[in-house]
Amino acid sequence: MENTQRSAHSAGVEDLIEARGITKKFGDILANDNVDLVIKQGEIHALLGENGAGKSTLVKILYGALEPGAGEILWKGKPVSISNPAAARKLGVGMVFQHFSLFEALSVVENIALALPKGEKIEALSRRITEVSQKYGLPLDPAALVADLPVGIRQRIEIVRCLLQNPSLIIMDEPTSVLTPQEADQLFITLQRLASEGCAILYISHRLEEVKRICHNATIMRHGQVVGSCDPTEETPASLARMMVGGEVHEICASEHKGSPGDVMLKLRNLSIPSDGAFGIELKNVNLNLRGGEIVAVAGVAGNGQSELFDAVSGETLIKDGYGVEICGVPVGKRKINDRRLLGSAFVPEERLGHGAVPGFVLSDNILLTRYKSDPDLIRRGMLNQSLAAEMEKRITVSYDVRMSHDNPEARSLSGGNLQKFVVGRELDRVPKLLVINQPTWGVDAGAAALIRQAIIDLARNGSAVLVISQDLDEIYELADRIAVISRGELSEAEPAAAMTPEKIGLLMAGMGETRSKVTASNAGDVHAH
Amino acid sequence: MRIELVKRAEHSQTMTVVSPLIAIALTLVCGSILFAAMGYNPVEALYAYFIEPLTTSWSIEELLVKAGPLILIAVGLSVCFLSNSWNIGAEGQFTMGAVAGSVIPVLFYDYTGVMALPLMIVMGVLGGMAWASIPAFLKVRFGTNEILTSLMLVYIAQYILDFLVRGPWRDPDGFNFPESRLFDAAHVLPKIGEGRLHIGMIFAVIAVLAVWWMLSRTLKGFEIKVMGETPRAGRFAGFSSKGVIWFGFLVSGGLAGLAGMAEVSGSIEQLTPVISPGYGFTAIIVAFLGRLNPVGILFAGLLLGLSYIGGEAAQVSLGLTDKITRVFQGMLLFFVLACDTLILYKFKVVSNAKRIKEAANV
Repeated sequence: MENTQRSAHSAGVEDLIEARGITKKFGDILANDNVDLVIKQGEIHALLGENGAGKSTLVKILYGALEPGAGEILWKGKPVSISNPAAARKLGVGMVFQHFSLFEALSVVENIALALPKGEKIEALSRRITEVSQKYGLPLDPAALVADLPVGIRQRIEIVRCLLQNPSLIIMDEPTSVLTPQEADQLFITLQRLASEGCAILYISHRLEEVKRICHNATIMRHGQVVGSCDPTEETPASLARMMVGGEVHEICASEHKGSPGDVMLKLRNLSIPSDGAFGIELKNVNLNLRGGEIVAVAGVAGNGQSELFDAVSGETLIKDGYGVEICGVPVGKRKINDRRLLGSAFVPEERLGHGAVPGFVLSDNILLTRYKSDPDLIRRGMLNQSLAAEMEKRITVSYDVRMSHDNPEARSLSGGNLQKFVVGRELDRVPKLLVINQPTWGVDAGAAALIRQAIIDLARNGSAVLVISQDLDEIYELADRIAVISRGELSEAEPAAAMTPEKIGLLMAGMGETRSKVTASNAGDVHAH
Repeated sequence: MRIELVKRAEHSQTMTVVSPLIAIALTLVCGSILFAAMGYNPVEALYAYFIEPLTTSWSIEELLVKAGPLILIAVGLSVCFLSNSWNIGAEGQFTMGAVAGSVIPVLFYDYTGVMALPLMIVMGVLGGMAWASIPAFLKVRFGTNEILTSLMLVYIAQYILDFLVRGPWRDPDGFNFPESRLFDAAHVLPKIGEGRLHIGMIFAVIAVLAVWWMLSRTLKGFEIKVMGETPRAGRFAGFSSKGVIWFGFLVSGGLAGLAGMAEVSGSIEQLTPVISPGYGFTAIIVAFLGRLNPVGILFAGLLLGLSYIGGEAAQVSLGLTDKITRVFQGMLLFFVLACDTLILYKFKVVSNAKRIKEAANV
């Protein structure tokens, strides 16, 4: 079936939308520089590029959320002006955002009703939702409360909401970044079905395997320009990556794990924390032993207790049972974050700006932020040693290749990748015995990601213990010696990476490892569908 | 044509200094329009308001008398505001500082030893701190909104003062006027020079230097700024949000209390039902006009002190209502807050013609 589709795309199909010479400037930065893009009816078209390549800007212009500085858009051959998202919807352009725009306190049907023209009865709309969602294999319960639904289902709501408007073009921004492998497979089937019915899909992704698997055409962007287009089925992930990055991607060398593992650096024993607030996640009986020299990765779909776990290990959340968390053999459950740092541990949170760094502070002040206690020379009798902080800033930005417009800028002026290199470098510069890092390369360009992953591996090979929390399976396989999966606050046994196939991780992500839920492997695909 | 606000990559150093000056200029322009609308020659009126008071040594001294409490209170408030606590009740803390500082001269007026003034100073500071600790406690313990609680406590403090001077603390030889007894010479702050200027101004300068040093050099100052800007990063650094709330309120309350004590002991020399022309509220403007920087506050305090003196002068020479002072202060606060935008944003003018041309060229 795929092959027949593809042949249909190669010739004689009408262009659905064409963007010509789109240019958009933000301040002095050219986010889009004379960009051309053609999408044909019924094709799945990939838009590839590193972070900051200008993909989001282009998409926002197509969806009417941004106005182009120059250039024109043709819809079925006629010039159109898309001045706002409502105009885009009227034309037949729908968009599924990376970050969902749903009200958690409302039901599925209420959320969808908000986006549609007024006048339709809720009961009638509910029937339509059920109908459409069944037809495309995206079962939805219209009466369910969004707050109770897992992320995969929330995305379905967005897709169904889009479909109800009978779009000719659906734009999807990184749709699989929040899905389990099984949920992603389900999504791909839906997308192929939509394409076969003539709906075009603009598919934005980092994940080259996916693009190769489902897309008919790809446009590659770099630094705001289109640098090429290709048929992804004829490329390899490596050749796609080369086009995106504009050079060979640095190969990670994971030298074999040598020798016997060291002492236990981090021990979690029956760690349980009640959830704070309605949307928090309860940690249930989490156990883990992490030894020097090894990297253990915690996989899982976002919002399953990762940040709660991070906060409990870092000491931002204190627990009643002091022995729930042990760092380097010392029970620290009731000890604060700086006591834990003094024991030799270091932490890198998921959110770089606003958690790991203060946006309006210069980098040297951001070094003080996490190191004023662990580096006693930084504080002398209550006074800051700013010249030492400045020296450290130079050292770290040089050794971790942090690129800045001038020396010691404010943290907010750095790009995501450079800020992440700084935040990671700030901790690795101490050579911690234990590193806990949440989403080490989330939203970071390929070059920075490779540097950070290499630095993590080097740290572990020199005898330190590393706990990586990540949603990126490629990253996890690249880094981890052992893998555990977190699902609804429960952590599975950490098993050697070689024994953890993507299928197994997917099942664990979907709740197979949870002790309380009684689901069997046979209906695993439907776990989120009830 | 369209004007866009474009975010800057970093704080603009230039605008940090220039934005308050733009605000002052805009205030003067709008003030001129206001004067013109009222039928006065704007140039004359502005001269009478802002320049004339600076031509006599008497009124320059009076300016310093007014600026002293403003600076003292505003420096304390800057610590509180930087830590993202909004103490709006400095007027109440000023009042309670004055009341507590008057315990010795009113009730123990016989004690005229050398320790009298130091004790009064300590009690004034403690009085202000005690009053500020109420909203701090409520915020830390129950999460109440400190803007509301601190503001409401202002009125309670003023009624307490009113009650005391009309009741228990009224001067027995005062012909039933609602005033306390006049303070003994040993209970009056030493004067600087011949006129009304007293050493309260020196307290203000010391406070400016001390707070500047704390904010720019010490770990405590660093903690305050981190917690003010991003509490989440502050927790990651191991700072305590409750500790910072307490610290901000105690410092601002203590300095407001000291200002209140210095005002009654240095300028009024007795307790009266009204001891402040709104210093505690005007100090909020001073703090923001000075960009929450102690050195900036020093200059801002002098300018706002001038608005009081100028208001009085314009009342005398032009017959303007004294409400005009409040109007000027209000305009200034609005413009200062609006111009703050320029520090992190810049204007960009996009003309239609240019956009069309760009589109055509491509």
